Amino acid sequence: MIKKIGIILITTLALTLNSYAASDGELILKKNEPSEVKDCFEGVNRATFAFNQALDGIIFKPVASVYKKIPSPVRSGVSNSLDNLSNLVTIPNNILQGDFALAGVNTGRFLINTTVGVLGIFDVAHALGIVEYEKEDYGQSLAKAGMGPGCYVVLPVLGPSTARDTVASVTNFMGGDAWYNVTVRNDTHYFRDIDYYSSKVTGGVDFRAKNYDAIENLEENSLDFYASVKSLYLQDRQQKIANTKKITNTQDDSDWEEIENK
Amino acid sequence: MKIKKYLIIFFIYFLNINIVHAIQPDIFVQSTVNRASKILSENISKTDKINELKNIAKETVDIRGIGFYTLGAARKNLNEEQKKKYLIIFEQYFLKSFSSRLAEYTNPEIDVLGKKVLSENYTIVTSLLKGTSERPEIKIDWRIYTKDPKNPLIRDLIIEGLSLARTQKEEFSSVLNSNNDDINVLFSTLEKFINN
Repeated sequence: MIKKIGIILITTLALTLNSYAASDGELILKKNEPSEVKDCFEGVNRATFAFNQALDGIIFKPVASVYKKIPSPVRSGVSNSLDNLSNLVTIPNNILQGDFALAGVNTGRFLINTTVGVLGIFDVAHALGIVEYEKEDYGQSLAKAGMGPGCYVVLPVLGPSTARDTVASVTNFMGGDAWYNVTVRNDTHYFRDIDYYSSKVTGGVDFRAKNYDAIENLEENSLDFYASVKSLYLQDRQQKIANTKKITNTQDDSDWEEIENK
Repeated sequence: MKIKKYLIIFFIYFLNINIVHAIQPDIFVQSTVNRASKILSENISKTDKINELKNIAKETVDIRGIGFYTLGAARKNLNEEQKKKYLIIFEQYFLKSFSSRLAEYTNPEIDVLGKKVLSENYTIVTSLLKGTSERPEIKIDWRIYTKDPKNPLIRDLIIEGLSLARTQKEEFSSVLNSNNDDINVLFSTLEKFINN
């Protein structure tokens, strides 16, 4: 009975969220426009950013530079495996956003890659021509439901976020992430807490290694590195919420037009 | 009747000249990329590479347009003298920043995939920077200013959906906001970067 009520509740919620999303896509994009996001705690954010930079210099950067030396196929395998695990958060969010077909596709992707792809090390689904994988999270689902990002925040160790995305990420620890559930939340005989935490740390190192040169380059050539990272993060979130990398659909051309007469 | 014929011939001839001289944005991007790629793969010093890249940027990028765009709302408060000063400093800043970012790449391979005309003034050219063992493949879109079809100019690079012009604009805005919108602080920050 409880299961039935749960299913009805999730379906209703998903449909409601989807109707909001479909009704006002442009408003959602506008709400998530980087220039509209307030930096309410700039002083604290800058201090946290400086702390994260120091931490990066001591831990993540040296580890990432060693990790980069590992042969490319091994790094691809690790990256694929982490992407495969992230399906466990993406699939419920596909459902919450009303993308039931995509939820089915991602479930298929997860099953194929976990079995034939040996725990996700090989992206067999991609080789079979299944559509490109796009990660989804609870912050994106809330944004699709019409919730604005709130203030920009920089979290210790985790980095840039927004008030909405930070609150939404708590869902992962309340049953919203099956990987967390089977490793930390529930005492299964197959996994331990360390499996979850090591996957998260590896994900951080993998991200740092993939963007090693780009981050170094950006830092070296920025007038204000904090402002650059903030801008890039918020642009990226806006693209992810819109599920598109086509800037032409989201960028306001009026400022370009205004300079024509200068 | 004869005059009418001449006029038609003259009109068609004039039209053809314009068509012949118009440069397609995708061809313009591929040719620019090929020129930069050639320099980056040459066995010359980094300083020489940077100087060559600066020359390409001067010819192919609308530095003046990007400069005003980057300044955002602050450009409305500048007097003519400040505008002149800003454009001189911005060009030096842009060329240094642009060329030193590019000089890190050795032999980048970029394939132009297509184009989308946004308006009479803008075309987006889509391209792909091929992946290596060091980095994954990267989608790069080029915002090309086509007001003068014979002389298209680059106004923005959009890397994996992230606009460099927009990022730079927000960075400048941050410098101004932190200093009571004092344009002189921005000038000195830019000069410090140039001389560093």
